[in-house]
Parts: sequence; C-alpha cells; structure tokens
Amino acid sequence: MADPMKIRAQLKGDIAEIRVLMGHAMETGQRKDAAGKAIPPHFIQSMTVEVGGKKVVDGQIGTSVSRNPVFGFKVKGAKVGDKVVVSWVDNKGDKRTDQVAVA
Amino acid sequence: MEMNVTRRTVLRAGSLGALSALIATGVLKPTAAYAAEWNKAAFEAHDTASALKGLGAAAPADHKDLILKVPDIAENGAVVPVDVVSNIPNTSSIAILVDKNPSPLSASFDFSNGALAEVSARLKLGQTSMVKAVAKADGKFYTAQKEVKVTVGGCGG
Repeated sequence: MADPMKIRAQLKGDIAEIRVLMGHAMETGQRKDAAGKAIPPHFIQSMTVEVGGKKVVDGQIGTSVSRNPVFGFKVKGAKVGDKVVVSWVDNKGDKRTDQVAVA
Repeated sequence: MEMNVTRRTVLRAGSLGALSALIATGVLKPTAAYAAEWNKAAFEAHDTASALKGLGAAAPADHKDLILKVPDIAENGAVVPVDVVSNIPNTSSIAILVDKNPSPLSASFDFSNGALAEVSARLKLGQTSMVKAVAKADGKFYTAQKEVKVTVGGCGG
C-alpha cells in the first residue's frame, strides 16, 4: 500500500489553495539498476481532486513528473469544512485516496 | 468472455454482475471505471509535435495571457518547479511539456466546478530544454514557452 498523501487546503478569500504531496517513486523506465538491468516504469498515471463532492481537477500524468509529486491547485467558491478528496492511480493499478477538510 | 478482465479489475468492480458485463461489452474500459482513460498516444510520444497531436492541439498559438513560471537555471533537473496560470477566459485544461525529455508530455489537467485554470507541479528535466504550457480555451489551443538550463540532469544521469 502506498504511503498516505499529504494534503493541505487553505481558504484565502473564497479560493481554496490546495497542495498535495504524493509519495511515489515515479520510475521512468529509462534508468538502469547497479547490474545494468532496466528498471521498469512505475508512475502515477491519473489523479483527481474533488471539493465538496464535485470533481474540480482531472489530471493525467506522465513519467517526467518528479519523484514524490507535488501539485498545487486553486478552487473558487469553496467553504471552510468542505471535504477535499484526492485520488491517484498508477500504471500498475496501485491507487490511493486521501482527504482533508478545507481550513 | 471475461478473459481480459484482470483479478484487480474484478476486485475494484466489487459487485460483479452489471459492471463486468459492461466491461466485457466494451462500454466501460477497466481504467475508465475509475477516471478518464490515460492518453497513451500523447504521453508515449517521443517528440513534442506528436505529443501535441495526441492532445488534439497540433498548432497552438502563442498567447500573452498564458503565464508560465519556471526557473532560468535548474541546478537539479530532478525537481524543477513549474507554475502555469491561464488568464485566457474559459480555459478548461492545461498541459505541460518538456521538449527534450524522452517523452515530452509531463501532465495535463482538466478543470471544472470552480477550479481556477492554474497548476503548479515539479518536473524532471533530462537536460536543458524548452518547457511549454498548452492551454485549451473555447476549443482552441494556446501556448507559452520558456527555456530552463539544467546543470545536473534528472533522468538518472
């Protein structure tokens, strides 16, 4: 099971600033291990962000996003207490969903 | 009939009946049950032109209201912060590409339900390269680009 994400959702005016850190190797498939064998690609392919039960961001991701990806988004019209749910799925079918409330 | 349905998909589907029938008939692809399907053609393209084609954005026009913030020089190509803000009205999605990477398309995001057309991310750059943002607004594509000089590569170098 993948590590939990770190999610921060802070309201500034009527805009929620959301930052997510996902713990993931984001292996490109280009690297070789010490024995010279290619390390197979292993990376997050898709992610979604929901605020208050509505999907606000639908993202697709390739291998050139850095290890332990960090993403920032802004959502208008959010309120304190709205539930922010972030999910990702990687190319091996592993997935993770975490949530916080807008603060 | 269900030869292609993996065990994981079956587990994810939970209740077998209706869902697996949909998968088998091709109405639902296994990954689509969870999120929009990964754009393989665009992400696995090996040059920017093909990646843009995969996105349906063959020839995006430059636009001054699409703002791309990247460092001029990245000491560490493994973690390069990139900020994209689109002030173009009705921007519905933003994609980020790195010209010189083996697969240039890094990420694409669709915004809805109040999400502002902006995103920040951290990318890997294998070498000094143009970084491109591509925004879609009212069905048209726009672009902005900037060069990032990389002193240490980020692709295992």
